[in-house]
Amino acid sequence: MSGPVTRRTLLAGGTATLVAAPWVARAQANTLRIGMQSILSGPIALLGTSSRNSLLVEQDRINAAGGFLGRQIEFVFRDSKGQPQEAARVARELVNTAGCELLVDAEASSASFAVQEVMRDLNVACIHTNSETSSLTADPKIRVPTAFRVARQGVHDAVAGSLYLADFANAKKINKWATCSPDYAYGRDTTAQYLQFFKKFKPDVEVVTEAWPKLGQPDFTEVITKLIQAKPQALFTLLYAGDLSAFVNQGNVYALFGQMTVATPNVDYPVLAAIKNLPAGIQSATRYLETFPDTPANKEWGQAYFKRWNERPTNWSWQNSVAMHFYEAAIKKANSLDGKAIAAALTGLKINSPFGADGTITMRDDHTTIGYAIGWGQTIPKDPFITDIKPADWGKIIELETEWKKQQNYS
Amino acid sequence: MDFNALGVCFTTPACVVTQATSGLIVGMLLFLVAAGLTLIFGVLKIVNFAHGTFYMLGGYVAYSAYAATDSYALAVLAGAVAMALFGVLFERVLMSRVYGSNVLMQLLVCYAVVLIFDDIVKSVWGPEFRAMGMPAAFQVPPLFIAGGVVPPFYAVLIGIAALIAMVLSLGLSRTRLGKTVRAAAVNPQMVSALGVNTTVLFAIVFAIGGGLAGLAGALAGPVRSLSPGMGFSILIEGFIVTVIGGMGSIAGAMVAALVIGLVRGFGTIGFPGFTDGLIYIVMIGILVLRPQGLFGRPL
Repeated sequence: MSGPVTRRTLLAGGTATLVAAPWVARAQANTLRIGMQSILSGPIALLGTSSRNSLLVEQDRINAAGGFLGRQIEFVFRDSKGQPQEAARVARELVNTAGCELLVDAEASSASFAVQEVMRDLNVACIHTNSETSSLTADPKIRVPTAFRVARQGVHDAVAGSLYLADFANAKKINKWATCSPDYAYGRDTTAQYLQFFKKFKPDVEVVTEAWPKLGQPDFTEVITKLIQAKPQALFTLLYAGDLSAFVNQGNVYALFGQMTVATPNVDYPVLAAIKNLPAGIQSATRYLETFPDTPANKEWGQAYFKRWNERPTNWSWQNSVAMHFYEAAIKKANSLDGKAIAAALTGLKINSPFGADGTITMRDDHTTIGYAIGWGQTIPKDPFITDIKPADWGKIIELETEWKKQQNYS
Repeated sequence: MDFNALGVCFTTPACVVTQATSGLIVGMLLFLVAAGLTLIFGVLKIVNFAHGTFYMLGGYVAYSAYAATDSYALAVLAGAVAMALFGVLFERVLMSRVYGSNVLMQLLVCYAVVLIFDDIVKSVWGPEFRAMGMPAAFQVPPLFIAGGVVPPFYAVLIGIAALIAMVLSLGLSRTRLGKTVRAAAVNPQMVSALGVNTTVLFAIVFAIGGGLAGLAGALAGPVRSLSPGMGFSILIEGFIVTVIGGMGSIAGAMVAALVIGLVRGFGTIGFPGFTDGLIYIVMIGILVLRPQGLFGRPL
């Protein structure tokens, strides 16, 4: 369009805007805003970005199916950089200012505990999708009525991993271990849980050294050389994302993987792709694999994600996807968006899921999910990256988790 | 604290070699960053809070150059040269406007640059970490010297950094440009009065400083993850080195970087879980004994 803007066209435009404004506002008000906060920058931004990507896939799917209670959904994303104080501020801002009626807390444990405290004052439902620290929901003092976890739980992984590693260590006669995990709640708590169960299944285990690098530490040289000096037969590590990639790349320089067996539960597709020379024979859990569970539904989901984002999903991707499946089912059941009503509907809810060990995942009464697929195998440098996968025994996991909760006075 | 383990380490050649090498590599990369920082401060009396951004951008430029050419040498060169040019641009367009302003204004300009370029990196290379991968030439088993592990890649990096230190030292002491830079550090007004074009000189100082930080980022590319904001942690350690060595002293930066590297290398054996704290204690100890730093001029 060309030509001068006259007073008449300006007035006409202004009038049209005024007339249209209520409809625009109503359309916006009718959209259901869902707040999502996570680490969206820095060395572990993969956690946030792969969560966000998965939620955007879910947003399209849910909106195409008519939305929640007839309202289209729209995510509002915020980067807390994993800082607890910022995470708490963002959670309040998403609800009080941005008008979000549901929350997806995709923070790491370092910030999820701060979000959990904020949830005590806000009457909206919140699902933590990435925090694996068990006490977040296991400890009744920390649990919040309207907040749930749809994610792996440290104690579940610890039981499954310890059982697998005890068998492996017995077969290979390995009893001198070292640990190297990030120096915050998740790393400290989950390493302790692994060791507790590992020692239960293999009492002759000796931890010859421990290393606690900072989250996002650029250089692991002194950690790697310390591990070499201690001469363990095997190393257990909970490093993840960019930290795990840097650790493996720097460890390769020292031929670390030829000097000790390495076990980690935290290997994801993008990390496998970023590690240019992935050593074979790392004992690894299946965070997310298209081949585990080996079902058409799981493969279809993984390939749809890849088609949309041109990269493969992570463990965090499936967790966020399942969180939306739970919201979808609970809102339908409650026929309400009220936090307490959703909480009541979520408790005990069982849904069909491509990521379930038996095709289902259940939200237990203590606000955490059970029944998701857990397996351990060993790495190979090319697709499918992890082979010889042994599925975990959920009966054993629940039995030992119950014992652990008693020891912690959680039940 | 585990003094027993530290004692055992000091009496075991394998442990001494391994930990000393790890300390040297950490120290040498730190020196390259701190040298630029201290050079800029020495001449311009400006604390370049955006120096970590040069390190980060150097790493990312090298990452892209390596992906395009598959040559690590070209990647390192690209990272260093790009940051030298960026240093000139940064000095001419931004910093030259705040010379003589109070330190808060300079801090604000630098901080804005840090935030802007963190976001630019996020937009161009993505928010997730990137890994360059080890060049094929260095995918070789480590050397074993007296039972200690010495990775060939790190030995080369230490050699390059030592060579740069030597060139920098000789360049500053023997060349006309170096002597002018040193003179400007003592009395810039007199240097200007003698007909030296200080505008060009200051831009050159920023080019050298930026180039060194870019070089460090590029050299470390194969082993360190690249991510937006990665310059921050190296900046803090760069400041520690600069302060311990004496603000403005290249030789001081070298000695301080090696001290920090070795404290890290051996501290992890004797003071597990307190290595970072140990670095600050060493810094406090040195500053109590010599407030001007190891090689700084008396305050």
